[in-house]
Amino acid sequence: MNTLPLKVRKELDDYFTQHRASEEKKKEILDIVKTLYAKSSYDPEEPVGVVAAQSLSEPATQMTMRTYHFAGTAGIQVTLGLPRMLEIFDARREPRTPTMSVYMEKDHQSIESVRKIASSVREVKAKDVIISTTTDLTEVQIRCKLDMKKLAGLDMDPQKVSKCIRLRNTETLVEGDYLIVRPKKVDLKNLHKLKYSLLESHIKGIRGISQVVVTKEGGEWIITTLGSNLKKVYEIEGVDYTRTVGNNMFEVLDVLGVEAARNVIIKQAKYTMEEQGLGVDVRYIMLLADLMTVRGNIRAIGRYGISGQKASVLVRASFEETKKHLTNAAIRGEKDDMKGTIENIMMNQVAPIGTGAFTLIGRIPGLAGKREKKEKPRRAAKPKKTKKPKKPAKPKKTKPKKAKKPRKKK
Amino acid sequence: MKRKKALRKPAKKVKKKLTKSPMKRPKRRLTKKPVRKPTKKPAKKPMRKPTRKPKLERRIRREPEARKPKPIRYEARRPEIRVVEKRVSGKNDVYFNGRVVGEIKNPVEFVENLRKKRRMGLISQQMNVAYHPEFGEVRVNTSHGRTRRPLIIVENGKPKLTDKILKKLNKDEINWSYLTQHGIIEYLDAEEEENTYIALKPEDLGKEHTHLEIDPITILGTSAALIPYPEYNRGDRINYGAKMVGQAIGLMASNFPVRADTKFNILSYPQAPLVRTNISDILDEYPEGQNVVVAIMCHDGYNLNDATVINKSSVERGLFRSIYFRTYETIKKKYWGGQEDEIRVPEPGIKGYLGEEAYMDIGADGITNPETRVVSDSVLIGKVSPLRFLSAEDFAADIENRRETSVTVRYGEEGIVDDILISETVDSDQLIKVRIRDQRILEIGDKLASRHGQKGVISLLVPHEDMPFTAEGNVPDLIFNPHAIPSRMTIGQLLELLAGKMGALAGKSMDASAFNHVREDEIRKAMKSMGFRDDGKQVLYDGNKGTKYEVMIFTGLAYYMKLDHMVSDKIHARSRGPVTLLTKQPTEGRAKRGGLRLGEMEQQCLIGHGAVLTLKERFDSDKTMIPICTKCGLVAIRDIAKNKSYCAVCKDSEIVWVETSYAFKLTLDELKSMGIYPKLGTKEV
Repeated sequence: MNTLPLKVRKELDDYFTQHRASEEKKKEILDIVKTLYAKSSYDPEEPVGVVAAQSLSEPATQMTMRTYHFAGTAGIQVTLGLPRMLEIFDARREPRTPTMSVYMEKDHQSIESVRKIASSVREVKAKDVIISTTTDLTEVQIRCKLDMKKLAGLDMDPQKVSKCIRLRNTETLVEGDYLIVRPKKVDLKNLHKLKYSLLESHIKGIRGISQVVVTKEGGEWIITTLGSNLKKVYEIEGVDYTRTVGNNMFEVLDVLGVEAARNVIIKQAKYTMEEQGLGVDVRYIMLLADLMTVRGNIRAIGRYGISGQKASVLVRASFEETKKHLTNAAIRGEKDDMKGTIENIMMNQVAPIGTGAFTLIGRIPGLAGKREKKEKPRRAAKPKKTKKPKKPAKPKKTKPKKAKKPRKKK
Repeated sequence: MKRKKALRKPAKKVKKKLTKSPMKRPKRRLTKKPVRKPTKKPAKKPMRKPTRKPKLERRIRREPEARKPKPIRYEARRPEIRVVEKRVSGKNDVYFNGRVVGEIKNPVEFVENLRKKRRMGLISQQMNVAYHPEFGEVRVNTSHGRTRRPLIIVENGKPKLTDKILKKLNKDEINWSYLTQHGIIEYLDAEEEENTYIALKPEDLGKEHTHLEIDPITILGTSAALIPYPEYNRGDRINYGAKMVGQAIGLMASNFPVRADTKFNILSYPQAPLVRTNISDILDEYPEGQNVVVAIMCHDGYNLNDATVINKSSVERGLFRSIYFRTYETIKKKYWGGQEDEIRVPEPGIKGYLGEEAYMDIGADGITNPETRVVSDSVLIGKVSPLRFLSAEDFAADIENRRETSVTVRYGEEGIVDDILISETVDSDQLIKVRIRDQRILEIGDKLASRHGQKGVISLLVPHEDMPFTAEGNVPDLIFNPHAIPSRMTIGQLLELLAGKMGALAGKSMDASAFNHVREDEIRKAMKSMGFRDDGKQVLYDGNKGTKYEVMIFTGLAYYMKLDHMVSDKIHARSRGPVTLLTKQPTEGRAKRGGLRLGEMEQQCLIGHGAVLTLKERFDSDKTMIPICTKCGLVAIRDIAKNKSYCAVCKDSEIVWVETSYAFKLTLDELKSMGIYPKLGTKEV
């Protein structure tokens, strides 16, 4: 039983109880399942990476360049398709359209309370509560007429608004329905600029969340937001923080950790593919997400990520920025272990994967005169020697400290 | 000159002003400028006189150099301000051949006036004006390089080309230039076209129309106009069809026997299309295909996916037979120092000698004879050139300083020597051209296409007796797969088949010009009256079993083209062959007998299967054994004369032989040239 994964075991148990299988039958079925399971797994040394890459990139080539799509019924524009795919695998800091799906706790399921939370989440900027502004050049001040109705709806008053506006070197006054902002120093030049920064001032809600949509999903109300701020949302009472996530993997990495970030990558990549009508086995995406997150942070695929951090100099040089990698390797005196596939193909050697991964361990004494190390790739015809290229430092300057590598020479 | 003549008739005044200005003034200016400087002012006065009533048209007719345009007020100012002021002033800039010559307040009237004068023949027919209200610009162009097209002028919803004029035209009383000179037809360029509203058909004419197309087909280009019933096809199919008409093998020039183009194809038995458009009348001298009997049906899956099944007997009767011509040429050059090329049979021992067999086809004069059969690599013109660099000592030693530079038949080509031309270049060197001809009989793999963007490759040649047949014993030439129709929606092709069938039965050609052709119901009526079904279907019998097909088959005649993509030009395979000098890897391309590349994606595929040993074997094309010094890790030297290997750096170190790709050895050399020391460690396996 131990060899089977939990899910399969559960399924089997359910089946057994449902069909009231006898112990004999159980054993029989179990054996069959075990053999089938063993058969369906990859063989040792099978190049899963290449298979995953091909399985992912073939459907990805089919993806159209269509950028925007309406996700959800109420319509928040979310980047999807190829651009989103690139965003995920390039590990961009900030997605073009960050979103969150905020779930509610059981006792906050009523539409009223959800609406209330939704409106408290949404960021209100000064421009949302100001009807009109006048730039008064004689008095050197900006007069803003406030929308009292809106303010009342937001449970605010002009005094509170004026407190929210914190601009450098300015003072804010309230005069009836009007809000007056004036710079402490007379500064005609920047008055116009001041107006814009005033309008962009944060008044209420969570910074960065520009749109909020309440929708019903699977029988419960959820809040979909444009813009994300997980930390702040988790603090709100009534929000089920066990289920609420966003699509910004770096934010998730910060707030929840790598494992969660890995899950975001998997979920987002899978969702993006499926949204385009392309089916990919999750395990390929999982492998990729694992690779991106093994080091505890998120690494991109590509020049500055995984491909640029490979162990072999030759492989890095053959990918991009050839000169950079070669010169740096020369300066550091890097050594190539020739353990990868591509290096070996470049040198026309048998690569240690698939059929080339196996070596003879022993040698019958007396048959060959020379003793040697355990590792020997199996070779055909005229086998001679494998070599490891090493790049010690540039001959001239680093000469004194030129590290001699212990070379195996019988 | 023409322009002046036209002017002379109506208004003398205008003529004078015109003749005075354009030609002479600039010349004077250019030559005498410095001298004239002091006299400039008095000279200006008489010129002022005609300027009393400044008319822009007059200025426009002059070359811009004739009179310096008035400096424009806004020139130095910022563009935004300029726009604002223009709006205020309500003035429009006038450009003449791209240069600002002035401004005008009432652009519409001005442009109308210009056009009127052009139609009257007061201004050159080649002038075009366009008014751009969105930029506030009037542009007048008389320069070369504008594409222009003729249109019938329409006034008040009535075309100037009346029935009366048409009658005269039919009687040859007037000609085209009459129409253009009398304001009936005018040529517009792309810019002026923006100011027009052109009716496609006379029926469409309304009050607002300014022009009428001469025929609706003029909206199509030459190739597209050859397509019958184009308005029944989807737009992209017309595009493809027009493109493929361009690739068709036909009779590209009637003087082809005396031409020496590098290569061209001639269709042996070209035909004029049975279903034709009005352009076909002009292009009948240059036909590009043959009329074939088509049955729309499947044939044992042999016409799956645009494959085409052809009647073998039709091919034997000469269907789509063509001749391929290629001209080879060489120049007998003279070199510095009195040396020159020689046209002769090269003797053995000369550098680059091709072997006795290669020279079998050339005569004593070093040139082949007409009607000689030649194959790949056989020499057509034997030539020997002096070696490029010959030092004084070599010259004194009377060293063999000749090199073989014969012209040989290209790889993969053969034929019969058709014609030989001996001439001279401008440098009075002897020029020899040899034209090879090769008959190309239609074969499996050749490409055929109808005129509706429906192309296909021949997949099977069926003997006459095995082809489906009608009760009368008629047999199609070509079997076309019905699956090619629904998704591509080339209804025009079906109509062509029907019209072709009717035309063949009635013994006449059918007009299928765009928008204006024999109507479908008329064809159907005619078919019925001849005792055929009006939908073109017929009972056909299986050629193998002789049984009746369960459904009736749509048959008809269509004009098909053989496209310039023949298998014999493309077929290629190699086991061993030439390699490139630098990398020792196989060459690329058929002409160089190249290999077929196992690319990066194929490599990934082999890796994905774990077939590493296969992979290694596939990439073995440039494998080499290189000696490595175990001490310094560099590539050592092998001295064949002394039969020993040693390291040039370490002298008596141990040498180990290693197998790698030559490309890797090259990489090592390149690294060394970068100043990087690639040290190889070795280990016994």
